[in-house]
Amino acid sequence: MYVAVKGGETAIDNAHRLMAEERRGAPATPELSLDQIAGQLGLAVDRVMTEGSVYDRELAALALKQAQGDVVEAVFLLRAYRTTLPRFGASEPLDTAAMAIRRRISSAFKDLPGGQVLGPTYDYTHRLLDFALAEGGDPAPAALAPEPLDAAMPRVADVLGQQGLIEDNPAGDESPGDLTRQPLNFPAGRDLRLQNLARGDEGFLLALAYSSQRGYGNTHPFAGEIRMGNVAVELVPEELGFAIEIGEIAVTECQMINQFKGSKTRPPQFTRGYGLAFGRSERKAMAMALVDRSLRAGELGEDATSPVQDEEFVLAHSDSVEASGFVQHLKLPHYVDFQSELELIRRLRAGKEAAE
Amino acid sequence: MTHATGYNFAYLDEQTKRMIRRAILKAVAIPGYQVPFGSREMPLPYGWGTGGIQVTAAVIGADDTLKVIDQGADDTTNAVSIRRFFARTAGIATTERTEAATIIQTRHRIPETPLAEGQILVYQVPIPEPLRWLEPRETETRKMHALADYGVMHVKLYEDIARFGRIATTYDYPVLVNGRYLMRPSPIPKFDNPKMHMSPALQLFGAGREKRIYAVPPYTAVKSLDFDDHPFEVQAWDQACALCGATDSFLDEVVTDDKGGRMYVCSDTDYCGRRREAQEAAQ
Repeated sequence: MYVAVKGGETAIDNAHRLMAEERRGAPATPELSLDQIAGQLGLAVDRVMTEGSVYDRELAALALKQAQGDVVEAVFLLRAYRTTLPRFGASEPLDTAAMAIRRRISSAFKDLPGGQVLGPTYDYTHRLLDFALAEGGDPAPAALAPEPLDAAMPRVADVLGQQGLIEDNPAGDESPGDLTRQPLNFPAGRDLRLQNLARGDEGFLLALAYSSQRGYGNTHPFAGEIRMGNVAVELVPEELGFAIEIGEIAVTECQMINQFKGSKTRPPQFTRGYGLAFGRSERKAMAMALVDRSLRAGELGEDATSPVQDEEFVLAHSDSVEASGFVQHLKLPHYVDFQSELELIRRLRAGKEAAE
Repeated sequence: MTHATGYNFAYLDEQTKRMIRRAILKAVAIPGYQVPFGSREMPLPYGWGTGGIQVTAAVIGADDTLKVIDQGADDTTNAVSIRRFFARTAGIATTERTEAATIIQTRHRIPETPLAEGQILVYQVPIPEPLRWLEPRETETRKMHALADYGVMHVKLYEDIARFGRIATTYDYPVLVNGRYLMRPSPIPKFDNPKMHMSPALQLFGAGREKRIYAVPPYTAVKSLDFDDHPFEVQAWDQACALCGATDSFLDEVVTDDKGGRMYVCSDTDYCGRRREAQEAAQ
């Protein structure tokens, strides 16, 4: 009876074996391969790579398989792997203007140099369950454009910047910090803020961004540009002294353009909010850009009255690995604390009864 | 048990251990002060002892003997998991005997058996900031510590007395370390607070999610906050342990049936088991 409240080593082992069996599902059904996950559940893989901060489709697919499709658990698995990797250098800043575009849209201009490129998107699909998909089968091949995309696809914010209508990119720190190596202190600075948001939980950022649109800190945003495609990653090895390309990654970038009526020190102009995520992660990049702009309230002399404008509130609670762990730690035994509280409640009640 | 292949001794790489040791040294030099450190993402979840694990990984050596307890017990699930983690990644010896351990990692208890010089007690800390529930902002609480501005905590305790006639904090009871820093002892019951005072063992506190380390060096004064007319007091039970008969240990209440049946047993399983062994040997 007393033993029943304690968990033994055997019980833990057995629980893990049971979980492995459940994960496998019905033995008669073929097992998922990592290629299938990476190829056919690509957006889940993109999200796990983004929030796990590791660009590796195969590892992200493995994490998803191991986590039975639980994205937050998969992010945790990838993060715990990432933490042991050696750091051998930092890349040069990505040049997203030179991106090999797969999708590029602007809601601020009807047309612009390079044009609007829809690319693969769920936008404008009718969300009707496609029962034909349940049967499987190959889709009709995608149509090929009659001519290749323009070589030049200037970023919309750069086009506006030429006329001084939008602020210059806020000056960046020469050597950005890394919150996975150094503890986050407040005020954090934009480099660490963007790193935090890039790793932050999509659901949390989405809700915060949404709150900013509903009056809890208005950012008056326009989706200046969203672009998705491959960019080159360059590194300057110390022994060479010049940049070499070490590979390509797919990213989604969102530049929000926000109204700004000016302050004592700044003329009226548009301001920026920035979002960047691995792969095709448009919702995440847009939410991140809205939250980034909201968090610049202090810098731009706006009243910070809402949660989304509060740096400590947002950055301290955005990480799904931290949040998931701490919320779920309530499953751990708390007999001792609970016993202490029980004893107090009994004493308080006894005191009250005696007084009455 | 052999080491897990592919990982360094005790999981963390040596550079990370060095960074943590520096934080620990600073923490020991300023008793009770919360030192920020570059907490790593561990293969165990935040809130489940990642801070304690990192501190233990940074101080443990091949000839150390580790004991891990949760709620005072060696066989609770998370204690088993953490003990296995170190047995697997460091191949070190483990024990359930308090006096045989050189390092004891704990969650929510201090062992009943008094600690000795040379032992290290590593606490797992969920929220390191004693003022957090009175002031949610880190920027503010750091200022309050710098100025030793702890009036707000005294007001909170006073309000308890005004409302309930007594201080209504039963665990994680705030202490003043070395007469300077207000410190959260982690969610140990206040029953354990007196054990921290002038303890011959080194007490290290690790908060992984919150990225803080703090320490109470051996033989350091640890005072539980109180008032002259409401002195600090610890919990007492009307019962003795149903298994070993101890009257001086922290007792867990175990529900035995759905008709109000209860039994009280020691939360410290090693202490309870050893007492029973001694009783059996005497018979």
